[in-house]
Amino acid sequence: MDRRDFVKLTGIGAAGLMLPITGRMVTAAELVEAGMDFATKKSLSNVALEAATKAGATYADARIGRYLNQFITAQEKRVDNIVNTESVGVGVRVIANGTWGFAATSEMTPDAIAKAATTAVAVARANSKFQSEPVQLAPVTGAGDVQWRTPIEKSCFEVPIQDKVDLLLAVNNAALDNGANYITSVLFQVNEQKFFASTDGSYIDQDVHRLWAPFFATAIGAAGFKQRSGLSNPVGMGFEYLEPDPAEQIQVQGANVGYRYAYDMVRDAKEAGQQLQAKLKARSVEPGKYDLVLDPHHLMLTIHESVGHPLELDRVLGYEANYAGTSFATLDKWKSGNFQYGSDIVNLFADKTQKHSLGYVEYDDEGVKTKEWDLVKDGILVNYQAIRDQVHMIDQDESHGCCYAQSWSDVQFQRMPNVSLRPNAEDLSADDIIKDVENGIYIVGRGSFSIDQQRYNFQFGGQLFYEIKDGKITEQIEDVAYQSNTQEFWNSCVAMAGESDYRLGGSFFDGKGQPSQVSAVSHGCPTTRFNDVNVINTARKVG
Amino acid sequence: MAIYTESEARDLLSRVLAFSKADECEANLDGSIAGNIRYARNTVSTSGVVSDVNLAVQSSFGKRVGVATINEFDDASLEKVVRRSEELARLAPENEEFMPNLGPAEYDSVDAWSESTAGVTPEDRAEAADASIAPSKANDLVAAGFLNDAKGFNAVMNSSGMFAYHRSTNVDFTVTIRTSDGRGSGWATRDYNDIDKLDTGTASAIAIQKAKDSVDTREMEPGKYTVILEPAASVTLLGNMAGNMGQRAADEGRSFLSKKAPEGEELPEDAPRNRVGEKLFDERVTIWSDPQHPEVPTAPWSGDGAPVGKTMWIENGVVKTLPNSRYWAEKTGVPYVPTAYTGGGLFGGGQQMIMAGGDASLEDMIRDTRRGVLVTRLWYIRQLDPQTLLYTGLTRDGTFYIEDGEIKYPIKNFRFNESPIVMLNNIEELGKPVRINGSMIPPMKIRDFTFSSLSDAV
Repeated sequence: MDRRDFVKLTGIGAAGLMLPITGRMVTAAELVEAGMDFATKKSLSNVALEAATKAGATYADARIGRYLNQFITAQEKRVDNIVNTESVGVGVRVIANGTWGFAATSEMTPDAIAKAATTAVAVARANSKFQSEPVQLAPVTGAGDVQWRTPIEKSCFEVPIQDKVDLLLAVNNAALDNGANYITSVLFQVNEQKFFASTDGSYIDQDVHRLWAPFFATAIGAAGFKQRSGLSNPVGMGFEYLEPDPAEQIQVQGANVGYRYAYDMVRDAKEAGQQLQAKLKARSVEPGKYDLVLDPHHLMLTIHESVGHPLELDRVLGYEANYAGTSFATLDKWKSGNFQYGSDIVNLFADKTQKHSLGYVEYDDEGVKTKEWDLVKDGILVNYQAIRDQVHMIDQDESHGCCYAQSWSDVQFQRMPNVSLRPNAEDLSADDIIKDVENGIYIVGRGSFSIDQQRYNFQFGGQLFYEIKDGKITEQIEDVAYQSNTQEFWNSCVAMAGESDYRLGGSFFDGKGQPSQVSAVSHGCPTTRFNDVNVINTARKVG
Repeated sequence: MAIYTESEARDLLSRVLAFSKADECEANLDGSIAGNIRYARNTVSTSGVVSDVNLAVQSSFGKRVGVATINEFDDASLEKVVRRSEELARLAPENEEFMPNLGPAEYDSVDAWSESTAGVTPEDRAEAADASIAPSKANDLVAAGFLNDAKGFNAVMNSSGMFAYHRSTNVDFTVTIRTSDGRGSGWATRDYNDIDKLDTGTASAIAIQKAKDSVDTREMEPGKYTVILEPAASVTLLGNMAGNMGQRAADEGRSFLSKKAPEGEELPEDAPRNRVGEKLFDERVTIWSDPQHPEVPTAPWSGDGAPVGKTMWIENGVVKTLPNSRYWAEKTGVPYVPTAYTGGGLFGGGQQMIMAGGDASLEDMIRDTRRGVLVTRLWYIRQLDPQTLLYTGLTRDGTFYIEDGEIKYPIKNFRFNESPIVMLNNIEELGKPVRINGSMIPPMKIRDFTFSSLSDAV
């Protein structure tokens, strides 16, 4: 097995950001080498399927994976780290005696793969002694031979490292020249080359690309320090995302610029420096009830925490009780057909089909064709997120296609698809939403976030806070966080912008399961208004 | 894959260094075998064994550094990984903060190995799960738990003659037990080097009791309360504080330990930039690390092979030492303060903390409390302000009102907004430290702990 380790990125917050890295370290040149061809993968996967079937499996799938990563970090005027990793291997999952079994190997020989398959069957048999709920799989039609690739214009790994280093140093200089004292900028580039085969007759080869370019800037003032993170979105795109395009920028009057499907990292860093200086001087918020206008780069995380997680069926049923928790959105609420999750303008949908999203693939990691479905329709809870072995528990016979494993060496399980808020049919702008607010706060960017284990009570911060008075943004303020309850919050949703304001934000490292696995997921939404939300002041005097 | 002995590791690393043509070379060899079992809804859901051995080679030419890794150890592979690290080093930009090799050193002896843990079988894990599931079923409750056991070794050698080796075993167990109607929830955790100390049935009995006792909660107004924090409730906040104690961030002005000038003034050029030597906490607060602690042993060396001994971080409320890098120590003219190598991955996680306490048990502390709130654990802890270390999060899996020395009734969970700095100034009593997440932490009675809102979550 490969090493699973954590690379510590210093300078991101005081304690650093610990990131999971799987794979061996290689040169950048090795990242653009071609992997194994389709025919070889098909032949090796057949070895696994046949060995598993022969050992008594009633179902088997094999995932042959080549996972490539490149991470580059720059601190102030220097390059801190360039890490290239590659991880190759095969994971075999089987059902025997009505129980799942899984085994994986990095040895890509027919013998080793057959052994992994028989080990998986042995694991299934051993666990079946303690199994009281035999696996029931929703049917899937074999896909035959399929090849798919994330629609990218420019593969990140083909861009010379020097160009990326130059970009990050330009970003850092822009922040440092405009008011920041410290900055760490990062490029995360991921390519999952994954081949899926199953006894249902599928041989699906997918080449998935993702990119994230965050930065973390700090300014020191006489009375303390302030931090501001970049406003990029992690995306299922190539390096073209980092080529600035004014048509993809949304300027909110008196406030920030938001980015859609192209990001100007240097411009954002320059504005971060300026906004940090403003933060050092900004007035502290007066706690109380405000109408909140949430920009998409902020609201995506609220959607992730208060809609995405509570509607994962495994959480609802108790499979995650010992770690992430359970859910307030229990089956009886769903069955009632009238559980008012949000106000009647709230429509939340799930998919793994949105272009540029982190979740976008043609088939999930158990060979199910991906699709879009409603979770909350006209404010009413109508569905969950479920995979092949779960949908029967909600009286459905078709998987939603949201099964995922972080690598070949981990077993696949239900993961959050993209979960998004449908924009207003009327194409209003963010400015249109702000102009009707008498006493409010416009919140931009993701900050501190915390929610309970059943997803009722949450508290969220942000990066930038602007006071709204009589329909206009007046000034930047500080120390804002809002506390609410999921159902109360979504029922206070009164207005949202339209399609041209809709943007995809996302989480590159969403954790779940024991042992924990990460996955990447997007959330689309327009600028949206929520009335009468409780705002607290997070400043405190100590020592 | 085997767990390499000290001499096997020394032999392999010597073979690696023999291939080096760089100015300096350092090689880390880490290996582990970990097994786990997971259950939910009173049935086993997944189990597995992960074994892993990895060699990382770092070569340097001047201040240009490259790292490559491999998991095959024949001579051709070893030479290949050394050459690749040299190639990467030549391509790398200069790293101004690169520090040359350390030389040979003497290390304290540490025993972190248990043959019992090293010999755990899949059947043992299944039985451990069953010992938790069976009583849960018998009580008409629903158990979900996770057990992970691991054995591993770490070794490092460099071309300047330094060699260090450490091996350890570890077992972690957590269990959540809920009533079948979802109105009550209890939790327990245990971690040891020696699995013989782990009784999943006894730990589960605590979770069972808390699940039963936490049904029919009452609401209390959010506000400031005297709390008894079980060690599991405070360990993350304390760990987060320890993680924010680095000297460099403090010197650079971006930490709670940065020295600030009085309002309207500037710090003189030669003034200290951090708050070492200042009393920031109640005088009962003493926190240190010690690789030789018998309950929570760690490697007696850091990732670069520097010896790590007992280090006092906070003594009698006074900040004594801040961890730093060799680069920063040299730049600021203070001693290098390394911390124990945790290896990342399976054995990774936070640094070991040992916090002084008293003799009182949790039960004694409850008995001595007139009015207060007992907190089993805190959840989803996130920082709100790095300057004050203000954190938010929620109570979970057993929150109870105490009156006149007794637990009176379960209460609804709270969201808290509090700083460990404030907490460690508001100490009423410290109990007897117990092992939690590889650290020794006492139960603490804290006054004026800030709960900001109620949560409906169970």
